[in-house]
Amino acid sequence: MTDTADAATASEIEDISHVVIRFAGDSGDGMQLTGDRFTSVSAAFGNDLATLPDYPAEIRAPAGTLAGVSAFQIHISDHDILTPGDHPNVLVAMNPAALVANLADLPRGGTVILNADAFDERAYAKAGLALDPRQDGTLDGYAVYEVPMTSLTLKACEPTGAKPRDAERSKNFFALGLISWMYTRPTESTLAWIAKRFGAKPMVAEANRRSFIAGYNFGETTELFDHAFEVHPAPLAPGTYTNISGNTALAWGIIAAGQLANLPVFLGSYPITPASDILHELSKHKNFGVRTLQAEDEIAGVAAALGAAFAGQLAFTTTSGPGIDLKAETIGLAVSLELPLVIIDIQRGGPSTGLPTKTEQADLLHAMYGRHGECPVPIVAARTPSHCFEAVIEGVRIALKYRTPVFVLSDGYLANGSEPWRLPDVADLPSLAVPFATEANHLNADGTTTFWPYERDEKTLARPWAIPGTPGLEHRIGGIEKADGTGNISYDPVNHEHMVKLRAAKVAGIAATIGPTAVDDPYTVAGAGAGPGGRTAGRTEAEILVLGWGSTWGAITAAAGVLRGRGRKVATAHLVHLNPFPSDLGDVLRRYPRVLVPEMNLGQLSRLVRAEFLVDARSYGKVQGLPFTAAELETAINAALDAVPAVSAVSAVSAVSAVGGAR
Amino acid sequence: MTDTSVPLTTKKDWCTDQEVRWCPGCGDYSILTAVQMLLPELGVRRDHTVFVSGIGCSSRFPYYMNTYGVHSIHGRAPALATGIAVARPDLDVWVITGDGDGLSIGGNHLIHALRRNVNLTILLFNNQIYGLTKGQYSPTSEIGKVTKSTPFGSVDTPFNPISLALGAEATFVARTHDLDRKHMMETIRRAHDHRGAAFVEIYQNCNVFNDGAFDAILGKEVRADNLIPLVDGQPIRFGEDGRLGVVMQPDGRLRIAEVATVGEDALLIHDEARESAGLAFQLSHLASGPYEPTPVGVFRAVERPTYDGMVQGQLISAQERQGPGDLATLLASGGTWEVA
Repeated sequence: MTDTADAATASEIEDISHVVIRFAGDSGDGMQLTGDRFTSVSAAFGNDLATLPDYPAEIRAPAGTLAGVSAFQIHISDHDILTPGDHPNVLVAMNPAALVANLADLPRGGTVILNADAFDERAYAKAGLALDPRQDGTLDGYAVYEVPMTSLTLKACEPTGAKPRDAERSKNFFALGLISWMYTRPTESTLAWIAKRFGAKPMVAEANRRSFIAGYNFGETTELFDHAFEVHPAPLAPGTYTNISGNTALAWGIIAAGQLANLPVFLGSYPITPASDILHELSKHKNFGVRTLQAEDEIAGVAAALGAAFAGQLAFTTTSGPGIDLKAETIGLAVSLELPLVIIDIQRGGPSTGLPTKTEQADLLHAMYGRHGECPVPIVAARTPSHCFEAVIEGVRIALKYRTPVFVLSDGYLANGSEPWRLPDVADLPSLAVPFATEANHLNADGTTTFWPYERDEKTLARPWAIPGTPGLEHRIGGIEKADGTGNISYDPVNHEHMVKLRAAKVAGIAATIGPTAVDDPYTVAGAGAGPGGRTAGRTEAEILVLGWGSTWGAITAAAGVLRGRGRKVATAHLVHLNPFPSDLGDVLRRYPRVLVPEMNLGQLSRLVRAEFLVDARSYGKVQGLPFTAAELETAINAALDAVPAVSAVSAVSAVSAVGGAR
Repeated sequence: MTDTSVPLTTKKDWCTDQEVRWCPGCGDYSILTAVQMLLPELGVRRDHTVFVSGIGCSSRFPYYMNTYGVHSIHGRAPALATGIAVARPDLDVWVITGDGDGLSIGGNHLIHALRRNVNLTILLFNNQIYGLTKGQYSPTSEIGKVTKSTPFGSVDTPFNPISLALGAEATFVARTHDLDRKHMMETIRRAHDHRGAAFVEIYQNCNVFNDGAFDAILGKEVRADNLIPLVDGQPIRFGEDGRLGVVMQPDGRLRIAEVATVGEDALLIHDEARESAGLAFQLSHLASGPYEPTPVGVFRAVERPTYDGMVQGQLISAQERQGPGDLATLLASGGTWEVA
């Protein structure tokens, strides 16, 4: 890892391969805006990048306190990267609280840039500090740059006539200007952006412009920094790119799915962190025929969506864990009605209100089992911010084809994080269109025909989607158990068991359309051969398989890459489909002497695969509201390689194989 | 309004082959008949008609209507129906609910459907009891109601469904009862023809768990002196030969008076289109329960843009302003760069 502080050569601009910068300040200091702006400039410059916003649930916690610290981390590089960086190389701290809240993540030798004006006795007290952290040894071993950002900002804004209290608010643009100089970012687009964003308030625009330029010039003209750095563009695959967050990708995926299915989109939703941005984004695009209903509660959000599905629209509900709790009964009704409905869960720390703004992956078992009765719902999970686009389209495909509610899982890290995304060619996106029923489908014994709402497609077991307005197909459906075929109320015991099994078989049958497990294993034994459909079959010399799902993809892939470089034979597999699993998953898992499942929970996927396949999959969990770092996973994988003897794993595997017989 | 493209139907066309399974003697039968007799007169299409219900005895209603129908989950019918109506303004969407379904577990959805003025016809069967769960008190049961769950009498104040609907900014609020088919049909017809959320409370007798709940006002001998028909533009008058009427006192309160004493000119003229719902609210509180003179008919009928209509309007104006959405343009809208 290139460390900016160690780069001692005094050339004017030094090339570095990548850098991780964390902007930290008070909730009111505009750190998220600063980070977003730096991200946009870096994306347009051509770097690969990944971001990690980290902010408190309180909108404005008391200023200057640890609770009010808001941070934004960005990793920019000249090559393909997978995570927002394990540790920052540079910490920009706007006050003492921001410094002490973030310093532990900055390795010794890292660069600290402080707003010196914010360091006084009152600020120490608010941050719970007895002493000046600059004097008490806290910063020993770091390269510390003290910049009087507030006073320089005030000075820069003097000609605008802005009151000092207002001018002071532009200091985040001073910081942005300074860091833009340090990392040789072009200034034009930020200046244009300031003019546009604050156009309605010319005095604010001018204050921000002057502060930004002052920060940039400060870097260039003072001798505080002896040189700047440059991170060159990354050699990304040719194409048109945009920088996209997970929530925006999801919203756009929803709009795209509507176009691909040729159906109007309906979103029933209730505001909740961190999912609300999807509602906001979709509300803007009414010219696509998108209807958004901000319902009176979570239940009404999903109920209205289910109503819209009955009426023939492409229906979605978006929420987070607490909303899923409330929607459970309606999701059960959707399972019984067998109507297409996509439920999007942006997971956050739980239980209860938990950590509203922090990430977690602990809703998997909730999505899988969180309803009464035998109530199977397919589950799709996104693995990166841009993959949210594909994941929701896949969720829609399943929902429409099989007439079923589908869960799409994302999380707070994907929702707010961003990365460059090579735009797909719209013409290459798959059609998702399914036909509505138009005529009677059941032949009676007397030769006449009737419409049976639960007469199924033989292959998919999907029932017909007959929407109101279709003459002759009037029918009544509900949550009471139905007689197979007619859909009439039935309390018949044998029919109930038959219907329960039919619904389960329908969901299990989805596996036929989802392809084999995506395994990344460079240690497959040559000659063992690739099976049909290019699937990796047969023997491997890998010592361990690291199995993941969702947003852990970047950290797992990065950690595996490092370990392979050190000679450890690590294979990885990442699941997009959690229910049903790819049909070869059991075979894949049994191929490896050890299976490790890192998850931001206490072991949910590991529990599912152990139960399903009788393999000794070990869980590695983290529930700190933060994603895994690659270094944490390197350590965990190494520990698993040392601690889990392959012998016992193999014997367990052979026992399973014996039981499994002809698999 | 007669649409000649709508096929003529009879009551039979609106009945399903499903056996009706309410208890013999239940008031729900007469409501079902009234609706099945009314629909052929409304000039609407079966395939464009949707009945949505929640859970409870009344919520079995959709199974008996030969239309599209959803028997949903407890309390959620107004929310589900809102989705249908917003998605498809071309449909005729009915909500069938009861005092438990609509006012207890689903109270929140009901008030929001009313305030939004979603184009729904909402029929609330009020029998003042939980029937399907076999006889617990409901949010419209009178204080002191002795039931299985309240052996020492209930202690909570009941909802007045008309007052609640008026307080929720409903644009159409009416009451009828299961013993007068003509009045039911006329009231439900008015509700159906109203554009927006129309709320009809129907006093309905549960002859198994709360028999005779409305006898004090609906009994043959007492009915004339205890039902106050509200007729738009007419003095509010009732009783044998119209001997009684409603007057407003100088202090603004309403009271019942002998017409012979106060004179005809003193009677309050009913105006269902009055902009303020205040007087309608006072009328809804004229009786403290169905055991003293109680108004029936249309309390309030005012015009207000519908939620579904305005949603539709925003879609149309967005398309006129921006043109139909183009996916490639959307994906490139956040700023792009090229990698060669």
